[in-house]
Amino acid sequence: MSGDPAVLEADAVSLRFGGVRALSDVSFSVQRGEIFSIIGPNGAGKTSMVNCVSGRYRPTEGRILFEGRDVTPLRPNRRAALGIGRTFQNLALFGHMSVLDNIMVGRHTLLGAGFLRGMVYWIGGAQREELAHRREVEEIIDFLEIEHVRKATAGTLSYGLRKRVELARAIALKPRLILLDEPMAGMNLEEKEDMARFIVDLNEEWGMTVLMIEHDMGVVMDISHRVMVLDFGKKIAEGTPEAVLADAHVRRAYLGESDDVVRDEAEPASA
Amino acid sequence: MDGALLFQLVLNGLIVGALYGVVAMSFVLIYKASQVVNFAQGEFLLVGAWVCWWMLTYWQLPIWAGFLFTLAFMTIFGILLQVIVLRPLIGEPVISVIMATVGLSIFFQALMKWIFGVFAQPFPPLFTVERVRVLGLEVQSVYLASLGVSAFIMLGFWWFFTYSKHGLAMRATAFDQQVAQSLGISVPKVFAMSWAISAVVSAVAGVVVGVVNGVSSALSFYGIKVFPAVILGGLDSIVGAVLGGLIVGVLENVAQYVDSQWLNWGNMYQIAPFYALILILLIKPYGLFGTRNIERV
Repeated sequence: MSGDPAVLEADAVSLRFGGVRALSDVSFSVQRGEIFSIIGPNGAGKTSMVNCVSGRYRPTEGRILFEGRDVTPLRPNRRAALGIGRTFQNLALFGHMSVLDNIMVGRHTLLGAGFLRGMVYWIGGAQREELAHRREVEEIIDFLEIEHVRKATAGTLSYGLRKRVELARAIALKPRLILLDEPMAGMNLEEKEDMARFIVDLNEEWGMTVLMIEHDMGVVMDISHRVMVLDFGKKIAEGTPEAVLADAHVRRAYLGESDDVVRDEAEPASA
Repeated sequence: MDGALLFQLVLNGLIVGALYGVVAMSFVLIYKASQVVNFAQGEFLLVGAWVCWWMLTYWQLPIWAGFLFTLAFMTIFGILLQVIVLRPLIGEPVISVIMATVGLSIFFQALMKWIFGVFAQPFPPLFTVERVRVLGLEVQSVYLASLGVSAFIMLGFWWFFTYSKHGLAMRATAFDQQVAQSLGISVPKVFAMSWAISAVVSAVAGVVVGVVNGVSSALSFYGIKVFPAVILGGLDSIVGAVLGGLIVGVLENVAQYVDSQWLNWGNMYQIAPFYALILILLIKPYGLFGTRNIERV
């Protein structure tokens, strides 16, 4: 690992809300080019972990390092500017804006026009710059196959399409690490397959490192390079999908085998 | 005779209404971006007009220089107000924030009276031709200029919010601050920017009114007139604010006409918009274009 630092490193991260321990002493690292998934039962702290990485929560203890740099004290918008993009578990599109505008917001940090030039937009060169960005945005739109809805109002789209637009908006930031919080929750089989394909392409062709939370075990095991399992805010396993599935702790905690209660894993939960 | 008078009044209403619309727009801008109901909106007009007047009369600057200085001054004024007074109040109850803006309103009114006195002061004459004839009607040149300025500002707003990076960022922030942050938008910066733009735009309206009527503390009354306009249009709709402003402007003038012809109750010019305000709140509390907030319990 020396020389090329991990894209993301969580160093003994703990998060407490009053007396509730959402995360206790969780450490892991994500290497460049990986698809890394976090799984675990409802309330295990998966989203809390992602929020610590994106900056929405600040860990009570421990550090978050992005490409070797300590980003723990930085606000979410600074982290986004550094190259951490994310999507949300519950759809968080700007519903009344067009698909194109939604994606253009994602370009915010890359658009150079400053405060004053923005105010005198119609005089300054901001428009020329925007055209260059539009070209890149079109590429993203092509990639996610949402050409036909680019002028539509985001709020009017179907659920699967909105998830795709949200992903497009996150990609528009050109992040080197993208955090996907349940990208397939509530989707039908076809939509899930499409989304899985997009994530794999994003990883292989666009070279983005992916940190993902997902409940659909089939997808997680199919596309992840490594998997971490959280339970009650503690890390109980980490490794390749096969190794994690075989782990006795995981089977007990997550798949609920020892107490003979088999939970339905495919159910899109609202952790 | 009566028809011509009515037409003249409607025209006046549109001209004044456009200015209300501009002020209402800048009020809505702050509300949308930071959910602050700004009771000191009228004082933005007042401060802007006095600063410009001072530049023109005391320093004898040409109008363009005085005007540019006023814009620069109000930009900094708006940012400082947000950073010093309102930023520490983020997360406090709405009523505290409202009281702070009421306090700002009283403070700046008193400060302006203290510095510039209580008497209305006229701007130096800016137009060589006092009146022009439009469609057979005598219209003061300042009124025409005022209409032009209002239209220019509205167009600028539309352009800014549709195409510019910061306009888009502001819309995004108004919709969801968490998400905006995750896309790299600095929410405190957006707040400061909304106050700066609002202060600048209101100050322009203040200068225009000052040129027409002279500068006096009566300018801050525009801050109150904004309420019927924005309630009519919907508190969070910029288009609604413009339309609300126009409607209030026409309503005032027509109400005064009706009153002078038949009712003779007096003072309808001032009061009619507020009757309308009460009616709207009874019938359509979200305004013509406002967002309906449905709370599920």
